[in-house]
Amino acid sequence: MELLYFGDKGWGDELFFATLMTIAVSITAMIIGFLFAALFTPLKLSNNKVLNSIGNAYTTVIRGVPELLVIYLFFFGGSGAIMFVASIFGYNDYIEINAFLTGSFSIGIISGAYSTEVFRGALQSIDMGQFEAAKVLGFNKYIYFFKIILPQMLRLAIPNLSNVWQITLKDTSLISVTGLVEIMRQSYIAAGSTRDPLFFYSFAAVLYLMLTFLSMQLLNRLETKYSKGY
Amino acid sequence: MDIELMISSFPKLLNATLITLKLLSVSLIVGLFIGLGFAILRMNNNKLINKFAYGYSYIFRGTPLLVQIFIIYFGLGQIEYLRTTFLWVVLKEPYWCAIIAFSLNTGAYTSEILRSAFQTIKPGYLEAGRSLGIPSKIIFTKIQIPIAIKQSLPAYGNEIILMLKGTSLASTVTLMDLTGVAKYIISTTFKPVEVFIVAGGIYLFMTFIIHNVIKYLEKKYGFQT
Repeated sequence: MELLYFGDKGWGDELFFATLMTIAVSITAMIIGFLFAALFTPLKLSNNKVLNSIGNAYTTVIRGVPELLVIYLFFFGGSGAIMFVASIFGYNDYIEINAFLTGSFSIGIISGAYSTEVFRGALQSIDMGQFEAAKVLGFNKYIYFFKIILPQMLRLAIPNLSNVWQITLKDTSLISVTGLVEIMRQSYIAAGSTRDPLFFYSFAAVLYLMLTFLSMQLLNRLETKYSKGY
Repeated sequence: MDIELMISSFPKLLNATLITLKLLSVSLIVGLFIGLGFAILRMNNNKLINKFAYGYSYIFRGTPLLVQIFIIYFGLGQIEYLRTTFLWVVLKEPYWCAIIAFSLNTGAYTSEILRSAFQTIKPGYLEAGRSLGIPSKIIFTKIQIPIAIKQSLPAYGNEIILMLKGTSLASTVTLMDLTGVAKYIISTTFKPVEVFIVAGGIYLFMTFIIHNVIKYLEKKYGFQT
């Protein structure tokens, strides 16, 4: 237990900040994922064959390739790609991207593929009559989407989105390979310097369980709020 | 785009795929038995046994697979007592540690899949079996298990694909599986995109095969109601 003291004696404060980092990366990745989903969901539902296959390629490739491989692609390739773009504009120095950004971005792309599938499924299960009625009544595009389609879609999507959140939260453990100090990386450092890996990895497991448990409680509340009948 | 590197790394990656497939198949088989065991425990009326099985699946589904591998590979070696037993022969090999972690993990997910499959079996089938005087053991093996397997096929197919992706974590405990070799080639050549295309292509091919085999099985043995 002494190992968990806050301050110089123990690893309590380090692990606390590492947990905050895990939460921060998960939320950022989830938001980046939503942006990707907002971009690719319309593509997947599009009638245009080219656009449709772009949307399908994104979800198929990302969901069929291990998360770790995607992370390695961005970890090793990210700064190279940005340096290439910079060199076009005549900037030739070495650029290093922040581990937080690389991590959130690679997890975000993965989480986006799952979110895209969730939104697609939710949109497709809205009754066609709702779309038609909104069009017939002559609502403008803003009301059509934000007041009629989106509320119905969210209601169907939230239970599945909470699964995506759980997957994303657990996937963030993988970006420890890039050196970002989140729960796993901090446990690795602590285990290395105290030679007590069993304790620290088990404690990491407890931290993750707490995070998944607490977020489930919150999301369930959200779910009941949004699944109220109209 | 370095086509030459893509061609030269292909046989190396293909070779590593064998380890990935070995890890996947062994842990799926062991995990299926663990999953079946815990699914049966979950349906037990004893509250304590029920809670135990629920706790098992909750812990393994609520923590990342990476933590589980690290606890087994780095953590268990710390217990002095284990080092003296025969278990140490197994636990000092990263290969077996990875298999233990994957099996326990997929076992937890499989138990949930099978449990929900068992629970959706119509009570009429079991009542019909009982009223025909069939012993409960045979009702279980000849009626409940076949129906449960059929019903859980789609979800289990997803689990196989998730596990295929999960085996990539074996590379974090020094195993040279497909991802491990891909990472090694990337870090020596600094050509991430090319290697990603080849390694990712192999993974996608495997996902494609698994997906279609499950689809075929669903069609052949699928549950018609």
